[in-house]
Amino acid sequence: MTPASDNAITLTRKDLLGLKDLSRDEINLVLDTAESFKEISTRTIKKVPTLRGTTVINLFYEASTRTRTSFEIAAKRLSADTVNISASTSSVVKGETLVDTAKTLEAMNPDIIVIRHSCAGAPHILARLVSQSIINAGDGFHEHPTQALLDLLTIRQRKGGIEGLKVVIVGDIQHSRVARSNVYGMTTMGARVTLCGPAILIPRSVEQMGVTVETDMKKAVRGADVVMMLRMQFERQRSIVFPSIREYSQLFCLTGDTLELAKKDAIVMHPGPINRGTEIAPEVADGPRSVILDQVSNGVAVRMALLYLLAGGRQ
Amino acid sequence: MENKKRIVMDADRIDRSISRIAYEMLEDNKGAEDMIVIAIRTGGILLARRIREKISHIEGVEVPLGILDITLYRDDVIMRGKKPKMGETDIPFSLDDKRVILVDDVIFTGRTIRAALDALMDFGRPRLIRLAVLVDRGHRELPIQPDYVGEKLPSAFWEEVSVNLSESGGSDEVLIL
Amino acid sequence: MKLLLKGGRIIDPSQDMDERSDVLIDKGRVARIAKDMSLSRNKGGGSTQIIDLEGAIVAPGLIDMHTHLREPGFEYKETIRTGAAAAVAGGFTAVACMANTNPVNDNRSVTDFILRQAAAAGLARVYPLAAVSKNLEGKQLTEFNDLKEAGAVGLSDDGRPVISSGLMRQALEYAHSLSLPVISHCEDLGLSEGGAMNESFVSTDLGLPGIPSISEDIMVSRDIAIARYTGTAVHIAHVSTAESVEMIRRAKREGVAVTAETAAHYFTLTDESLRGYSTNFKVSPPLRGARDRDAVRQGLRDGTIDAIASDHAPHASMEKDVEFALAAFGMIGLETSLALSLALVGQGIITMGRLIELMSLNPSRILRIPGGSLREGSIADVTVIDPEREWTVDPSTFRSKSRNCPFEGRRLTGKAVLTIVGGKILYRDAEFLP
Repeated sequence: MTPASDNAITLTRKDLLGLKDLSRDEINLVLDTAESFKEISTRTIKKVPTLRGTTVINLFYEASTRTRTSFEIAAKRLSADTVNISASTSSVVKGETLVDTAKTLEAMNPDIIVIRHSCAGAPHILARLVSQSIINAGDGFHEHPTQALLDLLTIRQRKGGIEGLKVVIVGDIQHSRVARSNVYGMTTMGARVTLCGPAILIPRSVEQMGVTVETDMKKAVRGADVVMMLRMQFERQRSIVFPSIREYSQLFCLTGDTLELAKKDAIVMHPGPINRGTEIAPEVADGPRSVILDQVSNGVAVRMALLYLLAGGRQ
Repeated sequence: MENKKRIVMDADRIDRSISRIAYEMLEDNKGAEDMIVIAIRTGGILLARRIREKISHIEGVEVPLGILDITLYRDDVIMRGKKPKMGETDIPFSLDDKRVILVDDVIFTGRTIRAALDALMDFGRPRLIRLAVLVDRGHRELPIQPDYVGEKLPSAFWEEVSVNLSESGGSDEVLIL
Repeated sequence: MKLLLKGGRIIDPSQDMDERSDVLIDKGRVARIAKDMSLSRNKGGGSTQIIDLEGAIVAPGLIDMHTHLREPGFEYKETIRTGAAAAVAGGFTAVACMANTNPVNDNRSVTDFILRQAAAAGLARVYPLAAVSKNLEGKQLTEFNDLKEAGAVGLSDDGRPVISSGLMRQALEYAHSLSLPVISHCEDLGLSEGGAMNESFVSTDLGLPGIPSISEDIMVSRDIAIARYTGTAVHIAHVSTAESVEMIRRAKREGVAVTAETAAHYFTLTDESLRGYSTNFKVSPPLRGARDRDAVRQGLRDGTIDAIASDHAPHASMEKDVEFALAAFGMIGLETSLALSLALVGQGIITMGRLIELMSLNPSRILRIPGGSLREGSIADVTVIDPEREWTVDPSTFRSKSRNCPFEGRRLTGKAVLTIVGGKILYRDAEFLP
C-alpha cells in the first residue's frame, strides 16, 4: 500500500468544541473533506467501511430530531456503531452529575461522543474529563459548530468562496448558538458579518467579535450576499422579552420585498426548522434563492467529515 | 539518497509493457466489449489512460474509464493519527455485469487492491475483475496476484518504487529509490 | 503559661506601630510590648514559652467579617468546626458567619446553637450575624434586640438582597438604634435572575447568561440613599464593580456612614478566568472586568473600601461538578485570602499596615467586636505572618470541608504561620514551628 504520509492531513485536536478556536486551514480541511464525502450519499450503497468498529455515542440532553438524525446518518454511512442517549437536564439535576455521566461513558470505551446540552460549556467540561473525542452538537447559547460548518460549505458551494462576502444574520442573536458559531467561522474565513435583531436580543459588546450590529432590517439586508435567518425561539429566552410574535414579524420577517434589497444573486439560509411567517415568508423559504435543503444535505457530509477526521485521534 | 536512485525501466520498456498488457487483455476478453477500466487513485490514473489509448488504437473503441479513491476502504485509516487526503471517486456508470480491469502502477503488499475490491463491490456486481499493474515488486501480504504485469522487479522492502509517466512532467521511467 | 513572641515586626495600625519588638502574652491578654524583653525582667513567675519570630510579622488577629460556615443545615459543605479550623489555618482569629443556614439564623435558638458549636470547637472566635428578615424572605424583620442579646453582632440577609426598600429602611433605622451593623448584599434580582456570570464581552463569547454590573450598582445606590436620608449606617458586602466603589467614595466624602468590604477574588481575578467554564470561578457577585478589578484595588488603597473579607462559601463537589449554569455560586477563601491580599502589598498597591487595617482593625470596628489591636490589655488574638513564604495552593490539604477553590495550583507568597486566639496557639505551620 502506498504510504499515507504523503499529503497526510489531520485535525490536530481531540475535540471539536467550537469554531472560535478553529483556524482557516482547519475549516478548509473540514469543508474539503466534506465535499469528498458528498459523493457517498449519492451512491446506491451509501456506506463505506472506514469507521468499522468505531463507536459513536450521541448524548443529547436537549431534544433534537434534525441534528441527532444527521449525526446518526453520518456515522452509519461510515459504518460506525451509534448509540443514542437522550437525557433530560431535569433528571440530571436530580441525579447523576455530568462528571458521573462522563466517568460512566468513559468506562464503556466509545470513540467519539457527540453532545448536545442546554448549558453552555457542558461539552468543554466533558472534554476535560474523558479521553474520547467530543463533538459539540450545540451547547446552550454558546456554539453549534457543525451547523456553522455546513452553512460555510453551502455558501462556498453557491458563491465559490467566502472571503469578502457580506453576510447578514437576522434574529434572536442573544440566545443563538448558530449565530455565535457562524460569526466565528465567517469572520475567520474573511466574510463581513452584520448581526441584526431587536435591540433587546443583541448580546452585550458583541461588536468585539468583529461584526457590525444593525437593528433596522432593511439597512442590514441592503447589498448582502447571504441572508441567514435564525429560528425565533421564544421558549429559549430567559423570560419572554419581546412583546409578541406578531410584532417581531412586523420588524424582522424576511419577505420578498426585503430580500429585493440584497444583491440580485443573494442566497437565503435558515438552520431549520423554520417558523413560516414568523421569521421567513413562505414564498422566500420555498423560493429560488433559498438554499435551506442544501444546508440539510451538507449537514450529513460535514458530520461525516468530522467523524472521519476526529476518529483515531485519541491520545 | 540521490546517488542510490536507479532507473529500472526506461520509456521503451514501459511502452512495450503497456502494449503487451493491452493485447493480453483484449485477447482474454475476446475484444473490448463490456470492458471497463477502473484506475486506482492516484497511481493508476495515467497508466489506465495509456492502456485505454492502446486499446483504442488497436480496436478503435473507447472503453469507459473510472477513477476509484480507496482511502475510505483502507485497513489502516483509523489506526494512524493522520488521515490521508481524500480524492474523488468518479465512476459515472454501472459496473453490473461488466468486465472490470482494475489498474494500478505498482503492486506491493496487496492491501491497496484488497481495499479497491471492497470498494468496487459497493458500486455494483461486475461479471469479473482483472488486475493490471506496470510493476510487481513482490512482498505480498495478502493472497492477491495481478493478471497482467508489465515487469516483475525484485526490490527490498524498504525501497520505494516510483513510476513516472511523462504526462506529469519528466520522462517515462520507473525508478527504485 | 505566658507566651513571649520575640523579635518579630509588630504591625498594629490601632497604635500606628510598625517596629521590631517583643510581645508578652499573659492570661489571654497582651501584657506588654517592648524591645528586647528578657525573661528575668518578667515578674509574676510561672513558665514562659518563648518563640523566636525573627523575620516574621506579628499582627493583631485577622478578622473575617463575612464567611459562610453552613451549620446548621449544610454540614456536608462545612461545619462550624471545620470552618473555624480553616479560619485559624488561614490566619483568622475570628470570623463572622452569615445567617443563610437551615434553619436560618433568624432567632435566638439558632444564634445560641452557633455559639455553642463554636465554643465546643475551641478554634477561631465565631461571631454570628443574624438575618435581617425572617427566613430571609424580605417580608418581616427579625427580633434584632433579642438576637443581639443572644450574641449576634450584626444583621444580614446575605445570599439574597433585601428587595423591599421600605423594609431596608426599617432595618437600617431599627438596627442603628441598637448599634447593630447591617450588612447589605447588593443585587437587583430583576437584573440578575438567571445569570451565571458578569455580563460582558466574555459572557457573550461564552454564551452564558449575564449578571450586569448595574444589578449591584443600583442597590448600592439605594442603600446609600437610605442611609443618607435616615442618618443611619450601612455596610456594603462584597463590592465588585467600579461604579459601586465610586458611589461609596462619594458618599463617604459627603459624610454618609457607609462602610464597605470586598473579597480577594474581586481584586485578583476577572471574568476572563471563566473561559474554561470551570465552575470554581462561579461566584456571586460575579467576577467582573479588569476595570472593575482595578477600581476595587484603588478603593482598597484610598480608604473607600474598609475591609477585605473572604466571603468563604463552601460547596460540595456534587454542587460544583456540574454544568456551569447549574453550579452553585461561591468559592472558599479562608485559607487563601491572606496570601492573595499580601500580593497587593507585594505589588505596591497597599502597605502592610493598610493590609492589617483592612483585615483586622476595620472589621473589629465595623462589627464592634474585640480584637483588631495589640494594645496592652487587649485580648491576645495574634496572627504571625511569614511574608516571604512561598507555597502552592493545594485545596486537598485544606482544613475546610469543601474544595471549591479557584486558585488551585497558584504560587502564592506569604502565609500565616502562627494563629493565637486568647493567648492560645491554635494553629502553627509545621515548617515554621515544628
